[in-house]
Amino acid sequence: MKKLVRSQQPINMTKAHGPLIAGSFLILLAIFVFILFGFGVEGEATFRLSRPSDPYALPNLVLPAENFIGIASLIIAFFGARLIVKTPKEYTVFFAISFFLAVAAFLVWATAGKSFSLTGMLQATVVRAVPIALAAMAGIMCERVAVINIGIEGMMLAGAFAGALFGSIFGSVLGLLIAITVGGVFGLILALLVVTFRVDQIIAGVAINILVLGLTSFFTSHLLKKNPHLNDATVFKAIQIPILAELPIIGPMLFRHNIFVYLAILIVFSTTFYLFKTAYGLRARAVGEHPKAAETLGISVIKTRFVNVIIGGMIAGFGGAWFTLGSVGRFDEGMTGGRGFIGLAAMIFGRWHPVGALLAALVFGFADSLQQKLAILRTPIPSEFLAMSPYIVTIIVVAGIVGSARPPQAIGKAYVKES
Amino acid sequence: MKIELKEISKSFGPVAANTKINLSVSSGETLGLLGENGAGKTTLMNVLTGLYKPDSGQVLIKGQQREFSNPRDAIKNGIGMVHQHFMLVPVFSVTENVILGNEPTTAVNRINLKEAREKVQNISSKYNLNVDPDELVERLPVGVQQRVEIIKILFRKAELLIFDEPTAVLTPQEVSDFFMIVNSLKNSGKAIIFITHKLHEVIQICDRINVLRRGEVVGEVNPKKTSNSELAELMVGRSVNLNTKRKKIDPGNVLLKVKNLQVISDKKEKVVSDVNLKLHEKEILGIAGVQGNGQTEFIEALTGLRKISSGEISYFDTNCTNFTPRKIHQMGIKHIPEDRQKQGLINEFSLTENIILNTYYEADFSKNISLNWNNARSEAARVMKQFDVRANSESSPAGNLSGGNQQKLVIGREMSRKINLLIASQPTRGVDVGSIEYIHSQIIAARNAGIGVLLNSTELEEIITLSDRIVVFFEGKIVAELPSNTDPKIIGLAMAGVVT
Repeated sequence: MKKLVRSQQPINMTKAHGPLIAGSFLILLAIFVFILFGFGVEGEATFRLSRPSDPYALPNLVLPAENFIGIASLIIAFFGARLIVKTPKEYTVFFAISFFLAVAAFLVWATAGKSFSLTGMLQATVVRAVPIALAAMAGIMCERVAVINIGIEGMMLAGAFAGALFGSIFGSVLGLLIAITVGGVFGLILALLVVTFRVDQIIAGVAINILVLGLTSFFTSHLLKKNPHLNDATVFKAIQIPILAELPIIGPMLFRHNIFVYLAILIVFSTTFYLFKTAYGLRARAVGEHPKAAETLGISVIKTRFVNVIIGGMIAGFGGAWFTLGSVGRFDEGMTGGRGFIGLAAMIFGRWHPVGALLAALVFGFADSLQQKLAILRTPIPSEFLAMSPYIVTIIVVAGIVGSARPPQAIGKAYVKES
Repeated sequence: MKIELKEISKSFGPVAANTKINLSVSSGETLGLLGENGAGKTTLMNVLTGLYKPDSGQVLIKGQQREFSNPRDAIKNGIGMVHQHFMLVPVFSVTENVILGNEPTTAVNRINLKEAREKVQNISSKYNLNVDPDELVERLPVGVQQRVEIIKILFRKAELLIFDEPTAVLTPQEVSDFFMIVNSLKNSGKAIIFITHKLHEVIQICDRINVLRRGEVVGEVNPKKTSNSELAELMVGRSVNLNTKRKKIDPGNVLLKVKNLQVISDKKEKVVSDVNLKLHEKEILGIAGVQGNGQTEFIEALTGLRKISSGEISYFDTNCTNFTPRKIHQMGIKHIPEDRQKQGLINEFSLTENIILNTYYEADFSKNISLNWNNARSEAARVMKQFDVRANSESSPAGNLSGGNQQKLVIGREMSRKINLLIASQPTRGVDVGSIEYIHSQIIAARNAGIGVLLNSTELEEIITLSDRIVVFFEGKIVAELPSNTDPKIIGLAMAGVVT
């Protein structure tokens, strides 16, 4: 019984590498910024803050390019060194400032010797953030009750199509309502699949995406292409909020938009109120965290999931309508371009909180508008790379910064009611 | 108020969980429901609380028949249950957990948090429960979480309170606090059903005891006129030897030495720190402690499942810090994991496959790239015979076995091959009394044969029965090292961090 198998030498223990990696990353970023943007840059970068027609015009912001980039990279390098020497608690703030400076340096480099409308870009940021934020809200409504909704992209595409088609026939308002209904119907389909029939949630979501993609391209080529008048909806007009719209920077950014932007903000805050202040919201969150506990208190897990997923679908349908009724007025195949998926990333980045997700959506919206505006500045970067930027930001955010985000505990699991 | 169950039957497929059960309980009375795991206690209570629908039989409240189609109906009729696994949402506050499903609201469904807080506070002070309404449940110790569960059902104006294995997760001190709460609830006119498999508890706390075996009530006993052995016999259906005999023997050489061990949890917290211990041959060293005080992570570190952040483990004077689990296993350190379903076995695999799960690569079972199934099958048959694993055949899936037989399968796999050191974690959790007897005798036999045994158990009784020496874990540290004849009260205090 007793015989010992002798073994090799002990394996060495390893130290924690976190701070070292994070710090080195920032120093590399500083070098990258300095070499790529700092060398050979000349002149001044002029950022226009207001239009000449604005009642309260602000002077242009003029930055000497070389100095600004030099100082920015120095600060980033300092933060990096600080992280290596001693990891402060607020290191995420260090990261945020560093990234902000890197982006600012990039903008200054791209604008050097030219002028660029900063306010215009911020306005575009808000507009571009709308579909992403709405997708994130749809995701939050579903995931808070523990249903993963990969199908948001498809639901949005369906909403976009319905908005264009029915908006052309019945007018924009009715078209919008039908788009929301169509989103709700797909929410109902998802709920039936995953809650009632307990289909794997990822597979059900992917199925919805493929189904909608197929249906919309079929109808586009067989219906819309042959009848152009069915793909010509009136876009909702911008509504200027009196007084507020006149404010410098903030006015154009927030108060000169169409109904989609205002409603999206309203949806974000009502979702927050619903989830965290109302009894129904408390029940919904309980169903997402610990369905069995909710069931023992007489809360119907099945019903709660159905209601929330259908509402999530309706929000996705509304977000989809933005692409047609809120933007270009016509439907094109695959026009949602992955915004539904980026919305899910925003949801995770925002830690399943509506306001957090809205802020994340603004980051993605910023990347989106950046690539659009930089094309105008004619930078030496190929436009394909610029077009990639929202997706690159998504990958960095989801892979790196999210890390420890904690989803609802029951997520992805079907609930089996015992009887 | 009187609650009666009449002729309740409930089956799951071909398995009858409850057969024609009759019982009743009245206000101001504590009814004990005693039975082994799988005797049908929890099923019966799930019928009473509306989670399950009975196949036949009636529930009578104040003499009137009631039918519960969901838990809400049972709650409305004044029946509340504290489940064995708490039904609390960890990320919610105490108040949120209490009001969930019965929220006081103002306009637009908005929760009236102020009113809710006050109600929780009132119940807490009325019954001396001492719970902070604003604290997050995940930050509360288990004993307090249990009181949150009690507030939860009192908030719903329950007249009948059902406790399912309420003491499983408590320290001895918390148990006596809990008994005081139960008695004060009873004296304030509540009816109480107390479900347990622990004999001394029903004798101590109950006014009447019903014993359940294989889904049937096999007897009603007056706790004042009964004994542990009578209850055990009723519960198991045959006479049971409750006192495992352990002859004193002198320990041998040092087998395992742990020096300044430190382990970090998944949440990056220090869960084991500065642990020092020595284990000898021919010795059973018991690790006592309330669940979640670092024992799990400590065992994982010893068996190579979790990385050691600092410190040293040596075995036969060989430093084996951070060896891989396979290496440790090959060195003769065998591990009975605390959760046989998740770590010990693969339920879908056959007994044979499970038997060679950690030795399949050895020459006995594998030749080049193929497995030698004949040897594996005969090994399985041998283990099943030697360790009394009862199953239809060695090719039936492990998941089909009862808890006791699954556990004996794991123990057989680990102990039938070359072994110097046995690390046994919760070896009798959820196992029937007959198997407990058998497993205990196997552990003592191993120790008598010269093996060192590290026994981790949250059942204090088990620790005291088996161990030659006891160390107590509290918040990741060893707070006391005690001889086996120590007064259980002192061990209990140490488990709560109080060392005299």
